[in-house]
Amino acid sequence: MTMGITKRIIACLDVTKGRVVKGVQFVDLVDAGDPAELAHLHAASGADEIVLLDITATSDERPILIDVVRRTARQLFVPFAVGGGVRSLDDASALFDAGADKISINSAAIKTPAIITEIAERFGSQAVIVAIDAKRKPAPEGAAAASGVPAEVYLAGGRIATGHDAVEWAREAESRGAGEILLTSMDCDGTRAGFDCPLTAAVANAVNIPVIASGGAGSGDHFVEVFKAGCADAALAASIFHFGIHDLRELKAQLQREGIPVRLPC
Amino acid sequence: MITLIDYKAGNLTSVRKAFNHLGQQTVVTGDPALVREAEALVLPGVGHFCTTERLASSGVRDAVLEAIARGVPFLGICVGMQWQFAGSTEAPETQGLALFEGACERFRTSLKVPHVGWNQIRRTPAAEPSRLLAGVPDDSFVYFTHSYRAPVVAGVSAVTTYGETFAASVERENVFGTQFHPEKSGDTGLRILKNFCDYAAEKSAR
Repeated sequence: MTMGITKRIIACLDVTKGRVVKGVQFVDLVDAGDPAELAHLHAASGADEIVLLDITATSDERPILIDVVRRTARQLFVPFAVGGGVRSLDDASALFDAGADKISINSAAIKTPAIITEIAERFGSQAVIVAIDAKRKPAPEGAAAASGVPAEVYLAGGRIATGHDAVEWAREAESRGAGEILLTSMDCDGTRAGFDCPLTAAVANAVNIPVIASGGAGSGDHFVEVFKAGCADAALAASIFHFGIHDLRELKAQLQREGIPVRLPC
Repeated sequence: MITLIDYKAGNLTSVRKAFNHLGQQTVVTGDPALVREAEALVLPGVGHFCTTERLASSGVRDAVLEAIARGVPFLGICVGMQWQFAGSTEAPETQGLALFEGACERFRTSLKVPHVGWNQIRRTPAAEPSRLLAGVPDDSFVYFTHSYRAPVVAGVSAVTTYGETFAASVERENVFGTQFHPEKSGDTGLRILKNFCDYAAEKSAR
C-alpha cells in the first residue's frame, strides 16, 4: 500500500444543554446521549476526529458549555474541534484551555471577519475552522453565479440568511486565516439522502485548505460519493454514528475497497 | 516530572493532558531557570516559526541548549521539532537550534497546503534503532497539521510522504522530535510519548 494522507471520517456531537441531540434540518431535536461517552466511543471505533457543536449557544446568546468540553476532552487523544457561540478571542482561549484543539466559528466570523485572523494569529490557522451553513438557491437568470453552484450562507443554526455566497465566503475565510472549512448543506442535513456533492466540490476546488463535508450522510455510498465527486478532504456525520446504524470500521473498509485512502486499522 | 515549555504560542492543554494520562506529572513554564533544571523537556509548538523568537529573547533557548548538553531528554513537537533544525523559510531571520542539518521549507506540491490529517510514518535505515518509535510498526498512522516540512537528513528516524518525502521524526542521543502530534495520534501517539517518558525515567535513574 502506498503511503499518503487519508480521508478523515469525523463524528459530530450536536450538543444542547449538555446532551447530544439530533434533529432533521436543524429542528425536532431528540436525545442521543452523553457527549464525553459518545466521543470516547466514536474515537475507539475509529473516528479520525471529533467535533462538538453547541447548537443553541448562539441563539440562546450564552457562552458554550466549557465544562462539557473539558469533560469530553479529558480522555480523548484524537483531534477535537469545538464550536457554537465562539464570539471572541477570549471565548476561543477558554475552549483551547479546556482541551479543544480547534475551534469552529460561524456566526461571529460573518459578523466580524477579523476574528478569524485574530484567533489564527494567536493559536495558528490549524486551530481555526470556519463553519459555513449553506442553502442552495436557484441560479440567477441570465447570469451564472461565480461558482456555478449558487448557495447562500445562513447564521445562528440556519435561522438567519446573510446574502453571502458560500463559495465566495469560503475563499474569504481562507484569505483571513481559516485552516479548514466545515461546509454543512442545510438542504441535506438530517435527511440521510446523501451529501451535497456539487456544492462540496465547488467549495473544495475554490480553496487550498481542507474542506469537511457535512449534512446528509446516510450510507457508506454517500461517503464514497462525497470523497470522489465531492472532492471532500473529510466527511462529518452525527446521527448515523450515535444510533449505531453504521459501524465505523465497516464504513472505512468499504471506502478502502473503493480506492479511497483511510486510516485502517484504527 | 515533565517540563512543558510555554512560549505563549498555541495551546499546551492537549500535550499536558496526554502526559498526565500516562501518569506523568507536568509543569508548564517559560522560566529559563526552571528549564535549566528540568528532568525532561517538551517543547510543543503550533503556529508560525517566528514565535520561537520568544524562546531566544526570554533566555529559554540558552537554557534548553544547556539542558541538552547536560543530557536532559528533550522532545520537540511540530514547530518544536522544526526549531531543532537550522531555521525555516517561514521566518528566515529566526534561528533554530541547528541540532539537525538544513532548514524547513514550505511544501512544494500541487496538493493542498497545509497538510492536515492522518498519514503514515516509515523508519529510515539508520545505524541505531529509534528509542522513540520502539514498538510502533512502520506505516502506523499519526496526525499532522503543518505547511512547512523539515528535510530528510542525518538524524531523521522516520519519514512521511505528502507530495514529497519529509522528516516525520528525528532522534539523536537525548534529542527527539516529531513533526506530527503524538498527543493527537491515538494509541500510536500515546506509545511514542510513553517511550519518551520511559527514556527520561531511565536517564534520571542513572
